[in-house]
Amino acid sequence: MDLSLTPEEQAFREEVRAFFRDNVPAGIKKKLSENRHTTKEDMVEWTRILHKKGWAVPHWPKEYGGTDWTAVQQYIFNEELQATPAPPPLPFGVNMVGPVIYTFANEAQKKHYLPRIANLTDWWCQGFSEPGSGSDLASLKTKAERKGDKYIVNGQKTWTTLAQHADWIFCLVRTDPAAKKQQGISFLLIDMKSKGITVRPIVTIDGGREVNEVFFDDVEVPAENLVGEENKGWDYAKFLLGNERTNIARVGMSKERLRRLRELASSTQAGGRPIIEDPKFREKLAAVEVELKALELTQMRVVANEGKNGKGKPDPASSVLKIKGSEIQQTLTELMLEVAGPFASPYDIHGDDNTNETMDWIAQIAPTYFNYRKVSIYGGSNEIQRNIISKAVLGL
Amino acid sequence: MDFDLSEEQRLLKDSVDGLLNDSYDFEQRKKYGAEKTGWSKTVWDKLAEQGLLGLPFAEADGGFGAGAVETMIVMQAFGRALVLEPYLPTVVIAGGFLRHAGSAAQKAAHIPGIIDGSKTFAFAQLEKNSRYDLNDVSTTAKKKGDGWVIDGEKFVVLNGEAADTLVVTARTKGGQTDRDGIGVFLVPRNAKGVTVKGYPTQDGMRAADITFTGVEVGTDAALGDPANGLPLIERVVDEARTALCAEAVGAMDESLKITVEYIKTRKQFGVPIGSFQSLQHRAADMFVFTEQARSMALLATMASDFDDAKERAASVAAAKVQVGKSLKFVGQQSIQLHGGIGMTMEASIGHYFKRLSIIESTFGDTDYHLRRASEAGGII
Repeated sequence: MDLSLTPEEQAFREEVRAFFRDNVPAGIKKKLSENRHTTKEDMVEWTRILHKKGWAVPHWPKEYGGTDWTAVQQYIFNEELQATPAPPPLPFGVNMVGPVIYTFANEAQKKHYLPRIANLTDWWCQGFSEPGSGSDLASLKTKAERKGDKYIVNGQKTWTTLAQHADWIFCLVRTDPAAKKQQGISFLLIDMKSKGITVRPIVTIDGGREVNEVFFDDVEVPAENLVGEENKGWDYAKFLLGNERTNIARVGMSKERLRRLRELASSTQAGGRPIIEDPKFREKLAAVEVELKALELTQMRVVANEGKNGKGKPDPASSVLKIKGSEIQQTLTELMLEVAGPFASPYDIHGDDNTNETMDWIAQIAPTYFNYRKVSIYGGSNEIQRNIISKAVLGL
Repeated sequence: MDFDLSEEQRLLKDSVDGLLNDSYDFEQRKKYGAEKTGWSKTVWDKLAEQGLLGLPFAEADGGFGAGAVETMIVMQAFGRALVLEPYLPTVVIAGGFLRHAGSAAQKAAHIPGIIDGSKTFAFAQLEKNSRYDLNDVSTTAKKKGDGWVIDGEKFVVLNGEAADTLVVTARTKGGQTDRDGIGVFLVPRNAKGVTVKGYPTQDGMRAADITFTGVEVGTDAALGDPANGLPLIERVVDEARTALCAEAVGAMDESLKITVEYIKTRKQFGVPIGSFQSLQHRAADMFVFTEQARSMALLATMASDFDDAKERAASVAAAKVQVGKSLKFVGQQSIQLHGGIGMTMEASIGHYFKRLSIIESTFGDTDYHLRRASEAGGII
């Protein structure tokens, strides 16, 4: 039993850290530190930098542009990326549809789509949730009817993150209305420029536009855009949702947030001294640090096991990562809000459009606090995670 | 990065588990607890036979030279079975003092008796007003000739009645809370001037309040530097805290297992109560708390190899914080999910709850260690 990294892993960490330090564009880093949103151009610029280095899709198989990194190296890469901070690769292509394509799609599809995901030629978004299908995803109603060599798609998707930038959307659609819930679903790739698609923004409580509604009105989709077999889409979706186990803990990001929190608490006065010297605040800080340390160790246990058992075999402890990871992220935004105190209140209309370059980062504290309520809701709400633990781990 | 047990460690785990499966079910435990000492000499001898009492000692001293991971394996297994025998005071604490600070003569005099099971120890540290501060010592050890004279009162000394030898913290100079001037002394329990008042504890063991009145011991009674023993005490107590964290994880594992079994079988409204989502989510949270505690118990265990003493102490403090929070949740909710039956002495679950609750207040509770972690400047 050993907590430390091997000398090779340590060297790898240094290499990755140095690369991020030297190559994340300063403007992008500043935005992330200040919790502002990056633009599409930022993401393309950064993805191309990673791509040039060969690190845009490190967890993919080597033949599709990935690396042969171990689970531990993967983990180090993600930790360092989050801690820099650097933008995480756009998940919809790199972590979601990409692995589905190289696992289940035909050769022509692999050849066409995968390189375009890796260098962000195509911006993907995810068409899973619907107004009536949130946690109960399999109840989805958007339907695709086969007509000759086309599918005709009608329905509505929602919570579609960054659909305003998207070139493509991967959708779960109902192809067999007569089949039982999970069995009539297919996995379809749809060009966002298709006639009949309408994207409507949903403004969230922080004032930001991250998510959208996407409407499909007699949208014609070539039948060749089906992934795998018709009516097997639910299997691919389960594969996709099960793929993101360790990254979800966001330990590196929370460490970076903690560092910012300490900075702010050291420079903000309360009662004639910096807040960080207030014993009560310090204990709150220590409490979240203990939680984060425990989560880091839990994540390391999951990663170490993944390396041993091979990919795709979830450690029972992995279900802990989403719950604790999201709770810690939320606690940190809460403490940040507490430190900002009365100065959290002013609303900066320019908060998210990058036109206000001199804006103090304190302006994003309250919006971030509001926005981060999402982390215990998305990706399978924490209540769904508890269902998973009680069924898959405890056998209830 | 590796969390797997080595081949030897796996064998050790199998052997402890096997022994406890055979000889430590809930009914057997009741019998052991009813013995005069509060534990079973027969079981203790079995532990000796399997070499468990010699684990941490150097091979030169007749032991196996095992490390913190082996102690963790044993303590987790003990936690699962709610073992009553005085492994913590004898092997972990007294053994720790002897290993870290014992002279060759002291080792030769005491370690063989621990390893072969013929001698047990107790740690006389807690005082009326010291609470969790190890530097708060009023008991005195005054130089007399070549030896020492010890005077003072110690409380809640685990295994204090049955122990052959007491490890006593006493002040050789300075004021009540000075960090300097604390010594550690080996005192025979039957020495003249030692008065032991034994009693059962809430968690089914036995402890004692012990008064030392002009107790004379030889010069060989002092372990380490009698003028500056606090760093030694802190180190050994951190090892004891680490062992308690492991024990608590074992007890939480078992509590969760027993509770899940119970709600799968207990029926109300015609269905197992475990089919209700409110209970499922509570059980899922118990799992989350247990896993987080397991992670931190591992950290504390591995911290014993950290070079930086400050980082080591902060890691143990952080572990005790997480374990304290986890054991409270798991312990309380185990009772809640059992309902009325959880309130009864005859069901085992309440005994896990009681042991976990006492671990929380042994060698510093959650708040105490949170303050310690905070004063260390954080642990991230």
